[in-house]
Amino acid sequence: MTDQEQQTNHAGEHHGEHHPEAGFWKKYWFSVDHKVIGIQYAVTGLLFLLFGFTLMMLARWQLAYPGEPLPLIGGLFGDSRMPGGVMLPEFYNQLGAMHGTIMVFLGVVPLAVGGFGNYVVPLQIGAPDMAFPRLNMASYHVYFWGGVIMLASFFVPGGAAQSGWTSYAPLSVIADSGQTVWLIGMVFLITSSLLGSVNFITTIIQLRAPGLSLMRMPFFVWAQFVTAFLLLLAFPPLEAAGVMQLMDRLADTSFFMPSGLVVSGQVATEYSGGGSPILWQHLFWFLAHPEVYVLILPGLGIVSEVIANNTRKPLWGYRLLVWSVVGIGFLSFIVWAHHMFLTGMGTVMNAFFQTTTMIISIPSVVILTALILSLWGASIRFTTPMLFALAFLPMFAIGGLTGLPLGLSAADIHLHDTYYVIGHFHYVVAPGTLFALMAGIYYWYPKATGRKLSDRLGKLHFWPSLIFMNGIFFPMFIVGMAGVSRRLYDGGMTYSHGQDILWLNEVMSISAWGLGLAQIPFIVNFFLSLKTGEKVGENPWQATTLEWAAPSPPPHGNFATVPTVYRGPYEYSVPGTENDYLPQFEPGGPEAEPGADEEPALVPAE
Amino acid sequence: MSSDAASAIPYTVEPRPDTGLNNVKIGIWLFLASEVMLFGALFASLILLRVGAPPGTWPHGAEYLSVPLATLNTAVLITSSVTVVMAWASLIKRNLGKFRMWMGFTVLLGFGFLIIKYIEYSAKFHHGYLPSSNTFLAIYFTLTGLHGLHVIGGMAVNGYLWGPGSKMWHTAPQQFINRVEAAGLFWHFVDLVWIFLFPILYLL
Amino acid sequence: MTTDAGGEAVHEAHPDHGHHDIDKDVKKYIIVFVSLMGLTLVTVAISYLHLSIVPAVLLALFVATIKGSLVACYFMHLLTEKKLILWVLALTVLLFFFCLLGPWITELDPITIG
Repeated sequence: MTDQEQQTNHAGEHHGEHHPEAGFWKKYWFSVDHKVIGIQYAVTGLLFLLFGFTLMMLARWQLAYPGEPLPLIGGLFGDSRMPGGVMLPEFYNQLGAMHGTIMVFLGVVPLAVGGFGNYVVPLQIGAPDMAFPRLNMASYHVYFWGGVIMLASFFVPGGAAQSGWTSYAPLSVIADSGQTVWLIGMVFLITSSLLGSVNFITTIIQLRAPGLSLMRMPFFVWAQFVTAFLLLLAFPPLEAAGVMQLMDRLADTSFFMPSGLVVSGQVATEYSGGGSPILWQHLFWFLAHPEVYVLILPGLGIVSEVIANNTRKPLWGYRLLVWSVVGIGFLSFIVWAHHMFLTGMGTVMNAFFQTTTMIISIPSVVILTALILSLWGASIRFTTPMLFALAFLPMFAIGGLTGLPLGLSAADIHLHDTYYVIGHFHYVVAPGTLFALMAGIYYWYPKATGRKLSDRLGKLHFWPSLIFMNGIFFPMFIVGMAGVSRRLYDGGMTYSHGQDILWLNEVMSISAWGLGLAQIPFIVNFFLSLKTGEKVGENPWQATTLEWAAPSPPPHGNFATVPTVYRGPYEYSVPGTENDYLPQFEPGGPEAEPGADEEPALVPAE
Repeated sequence: MSSDAASAIPYTVEPRPDTGLNNVKIGIWLFLASEVMLFGALFASLILLRVGAPPGTWPHGAEYLSVPLATLNTAVLITSSVTVVMAWASLIKRNLGKFRMWMGFTVLLGFGFLIIKYIEYSAKFHHGYLPSSNTFLAIYFTLTGLHGLHVIGGMAVNGYLWGPGSKMWHTAPQQFINRVEAAGLFWHFVDLVWIFLFPILYLL
Repeated sequence: MTTDAGGEAVHEAHPDHGHHDIDKDVKKYIIVFVSLMGLTLVTVAISYLHLSIVPAVLLALFVATIKGSLVACYFMHLLTEKKLILWVLALTVLLFFFCLLGPWITELDPITIG
């Protein structure tokens, strides 16, 4: 019988004292505590982010200096990848496909959802843990082994997947065995996400502390809530598609293999034909479009928390934010074919998806505007998390604005599959989401460890990162508008229309390596501060949300007694109060404005 | 060690007042929602492949498949849906013995389904009808194969609840009832998918 | 609240599944079971009519939907289920139809060469 079952049936009786101290494996590897699991996800996610970024730093050598041997380390990759230190096109393609896959599925989502979501959400809603702790542990392990499988794919004959993170058929179906390993890895990762999303939704609905109505939840929790629904309902079609592609590869089915396919001059007789490559695209993008909202929403949630805390003001337009994030979630399911404008769907369908895509930009702009308006008249504290959160705003704006021409199918004729697209989505994900995640790390590290990260090293991390991010991704708009396609092994060297702007390839690569160096202060800070960081108590940021009621770090079970919530999440600078903040969990204080909280508290405040 | 009362997870068994639900009920329905999307994608593929097939090339189900066997399997699964809900009802009536009988029938009927499926599949392979033969057979094997995996999974859970899992009845009966209900919901879903699979693949 | 032999406090299940109500539900389950078997035979019988594709599909889906609704409403207790679950399912069904019909509708009138 588990702890959980014992406690449910014998509430109040104490069984805890009789448990022997858990061994290393049970305590750290097989823990069911959401905080340990959150840290597992976060650390693993950060390691994968570093690895995925390293793949691209390597690929950028080839783009800056096509055909040149990589000095010093070029010989380490072997003749199948970089003979004489010169990158083979096949290896370049592996780096590209795996960079995308790893960053999206092994890096950002595990950190943003598995890491921050797991660690912070139960604390912010006043819960002792997630609704299903053992399922939570299982989710992490399935992710971990999925990651191992993905990494292993580099070592199979033919190397890792090399048909883009998008794995379009028929190329992906005829590709070498790395693609099969990719598909199996994806099944693991999708399963992990599905199990996790069940946990998040149940937890947020059921385990909110007394007084925490839905409209009193921190926006971060709303963002994770919508994200969980996206993961729950959008991932299964990709799982189905992955199974079908596995069948095409292993059982010679023709789900995605068209009739009359000719490969390298030979008719592909092992396939019956009759399949549809476009079917893969539909099923892939049905997930992958909501997936990009999965990538951004937790970041928007984090930035919201950090901005409210460091402006000492309530967020502007909380209800607008909530309805916008719900609207984004719903609309994200009906825009997917804007990734397919050039597949010949016809003008009617192009117009439909163009329209829905333009519409979905509205709630995104509303959220960004609300965050920017939240700065108006604020008393801004330029803490390290706030630096990252502030930088997020214009970076996300650039990312969002550059999405507009892509969403218009006529403009997309010129821009599709060029570097412009890469610039657009990286602005949203890199100086967008990653900066938001960095803000989150600097903000919640004290809660998780009891110590603050060094502000000096933080600034040393922030400023070069901001500069180099723009150095990498801004030129991509120029290169893309000039017509240079993405995924080109030589960076456009053979394109006559690219000649004038090819020098930007070197600028981007040097910026990429600079960005890599700029992460060193962060890595040092992360480990050093565990020992030497300024020690903090429960609420070092003078914040209002529930996680700051727990000790730093919180013990198993989080709160000594179940907290009660008395007000909304951002009661900063409330007139008539002694401090410039009034935490959600503290009784007393002036009455809230009439009608401010329309939903009645679950349990009347004392 | 913090207070156990505060660290117990609320609403695992008893319902939360404002939602009227316990955690397990919500969890299983969310999982079933994702399964709806999973099978939805496969049905979407069936539709796209079928309408994309040149006229006259898409076979009628009965050309390759055995309608009598599948009709029998439909009856088997429907019966097992009734037996599993009767198993749950027996627990409501506090009758563990009846529970084990009905759940036992459910597991046996599941075995029956799989046996008939095995007969179907081997007949096809014997005739040289493989997933690679044409897209109709590809989607047939994939849809019924994935459904079959869900049958196996459901049987494993049902078998566990019939066997070692039933010990929980003596220590935490309401929690056990909730688990049986959740397993039953999953099993009904498996039945529901088959109710649509059967005509779509075999009769059209 | 009753206790069982082990002295364990046993919560009553949902009010509509009290001890006496369950017998009424069991009667409903039997009726649904018989209906499902009957509708299965109807489904097979319709196939012998050899209708053309469009009416065949519509009729088959119609019957299947009735059967599925019986399973969902009675065996899965959806008729008496809480609103939260029903809303989640409504959202799911809507997205299911987007996924089901999206690719097909999108590819109804593609641009082709020649």
